[in-house]
Amino acid sequence: MLSFLKNIRSRRLEQQLDTLQQQGPAAWAQLPENELFTPAGFQPQQAEATASSNYSYWGSTFRAFFKNRLAVALLIALIAVVAFAFLQPCLPGQKDPNLCAVDPVTGIQYRNIAPGQDGFVWGSNSIGQDLWARIWAGARTSLTIAFFVAVVEAVVGITAGVLWGYVRGLDFLFTELYNIFDNIPTAIVLILISYVATPSIWTMILGMSIKGWIEMARFIRNQILIIRDRDYNVASRCIGTPTFRIVVRNLLPYLVSVIMLRMALTIPEAIGNEVFITYIGLGLSVETPSLGNLVNDGRKVMMQAGLRYQLLYPTLILSFVTIAFYLIGNAFSDAADPKNHLQ
Amino acid sequence: MVQYLAKRIGRSILTLFVIVTLVFCLLRLMPVEGYFSNYEKMTPAQVQAGLQSMGLLDPLPVQVGRFWKNALQGDLGVSHIYKVNAPVTQILAQKLPISIQMGVCAMVLSLVLGIPLGLVMGRYKNRLPDKLGTAVIVLIQAVPAAVYFLYIQMYGTTALGVGLLFNAADWRYWVLPVCSMSLANLAFYAMWLRRYMVDENNKDYVRLARAKGVSETNISLHHVFRNAMVPLVQYIPSAFLNTVVGSIYIESLYSIPGMGGLLVTCVQRHDNTMVQGIVLLYACVGIIGLILGDLLMVLIDPRISFGKKEGGR
Repeated sequence: MLSFLKNIRSRRLEQQLDTLQQQGPAAWAQLPENELFTPAGFQPQQAEATASSNYSYWGSTFRAFFKNRLAVALLIALIAVVAFAFLQPCLPGQKDPNLCAVDPVTGIQYRNIAPGQDGFVWGSNSIGQDLWARIWAGARTSLTIAFFVAVVEAVVGITAGVLWGYVRGLDFLFTELYNIFDNIPTAIVLILISYVATPSIWTMILGMSIKGWIEMARFIRNQILIIRDRDYNVASRCIGTPTFRIVVRNLLPYLVSVIMLRMALTIPEAIGNEVFITYIGLGLSVETPSLGNLVNDGRKVMMQAGLRYQLLYPTLILSFVTIAFYLIGNAFSDAADPKNHLQ
Repeated sequence: MVQYLAKRIGRSILTLFVIVTLVFCLLRLMPVEGYFSNYEKMTPAQVQAGLQSMGLLDPLPVQVGRFWKNALQGDLGVSHIYKVNAPVTQILAQKLPISIQMGVCAMVLSLVLGIPLGLVMGRYKNRLPDKLGTAVIVLIQAVPAAVYFLYIQMYGTTALGVGLLFNAADWRYWVLPVCSMSLANLAFYAMWLRRYMVDENNKDYVRLARAKGVSETNISLHHVFRNAMVPLVQYIPSAFLNTVVGSIYIESLYSIPGMGGLLVTCVQRHDNTMVQGIVLLYACVGIIGLILGDLLMVLIDPRISFGKKEGGR
């Protein structure tokens, strides 16, 4: 919006200049005094003033981000979808996701009703539950899991990463830990944790973040190693700034954009992992709808062409959410890179 | 060189030892019914006696010691539910070959398709092929594999005219699983090759070649591509892990009688010793794959200095 207004103003200025040039020097004499050159005179305060740029990191980041039309459109759509998923139970006329609807006339369940019929917006499944309600409830569950995984990974990962990078004595310990963790395939860890624990939202969050945090920590550690001995940090240490303050004020602001990127990419990954775990048979029970068990239910009927809508709708929502997070995350990290600000 | 290799392998063996022990200890927390084929009908006393006879009531260090002693002699215990009293190693030996064949096919396919894709994208940067390729890569990376595997299966089986159940004798049954398994790595290779080619494109020697009037295609193939391939080799280990993980899902989706499908079946039927055996095998395969990848990297890229620690400061 702002840039649009600016464009209009600059175009108008250019037009004025053009007309002035066409009219020739005779017309210039009629211009008001302040449009012509006047001697500035000497002002002591201004002679002493130093120039400061009005560059602001976040301002430039958002300006660069809002230039990416696709990312902005996706961001708006994503916010709408997420808001709708969480507001949906409060809207009037919504069905209970676990209610097996029964036809009042015949007394038979509404089995596999096609989308749009009998008030089932996205149809019903094989035991008469409303897919519309189930999918939004599932999106809520999956997003909650993904959000918590991202938060746990960020909190634990940042803490461990800062310790790993900043405290030299801990480097060996963490590096060995990383070597061990990094060698185990993630799927194996997920299967193990889910197998040993009873499936619930919290055990899934635990299983998914148990490996993710160390990736995050390594990332932070590498960045901290690069900047920890820069002059401004050495100076801070010399004047006796407490370590905690150095970390929070000097080091972490530098890493905000990478942390945001990793969190944005963790969300699609966690949603995908949930689907995988459910497929293996270690996911949440059917009473807690999640995108994972909806996709899994849809898979069971996918070879019957008439019932494919039961797979299509959950996967549509799922793919939209994951693609949106992926693209927005990448666009944001591009925008947050100061190298892309000078344009 | 030899010293570096010895160090690297020794280290990996140590890691392997730690991981397997950790996994073993974790698996002690498994639900008890996974050790008996007829748990529902047993009295608590019988369960206790059964556990006692399997040595599961001993202190943990004793169990770990016994496990290692047996494992080193090639004994991973017997299955309790999947195939009652059949040795785990014997069941695994039957399943392993087909998994390996499939994994190798998938890796070869992803290299054969991914590298040309990356090459074309890097050559025509910001033009139509690049944009199309990027869209495909984003789709593969952002959408969960579990979802697009299903669509490949749904439409692919109809298109090829094959059934859902796998038949190793007919080549058509190999097409879909191998393609699905290679997709993740294909995207991975293409993405990184494109990035390295774009980076390489601004270097002086490329500018010189361009100034001399070498054609763009020639520059891409003979100058840029060769140098861009070198850093790509370091992704082979992680690509290998991708394949291993992909196999768990795909083999069970297509009912391929391999390790991945077996793992899913045993998890669903709560067969503890089988799960333990397969998880350990997967962990080993993962680690060995990583070592081989590292060795390959050392062999291919002469610039990697031996014996130097990774991630130095």
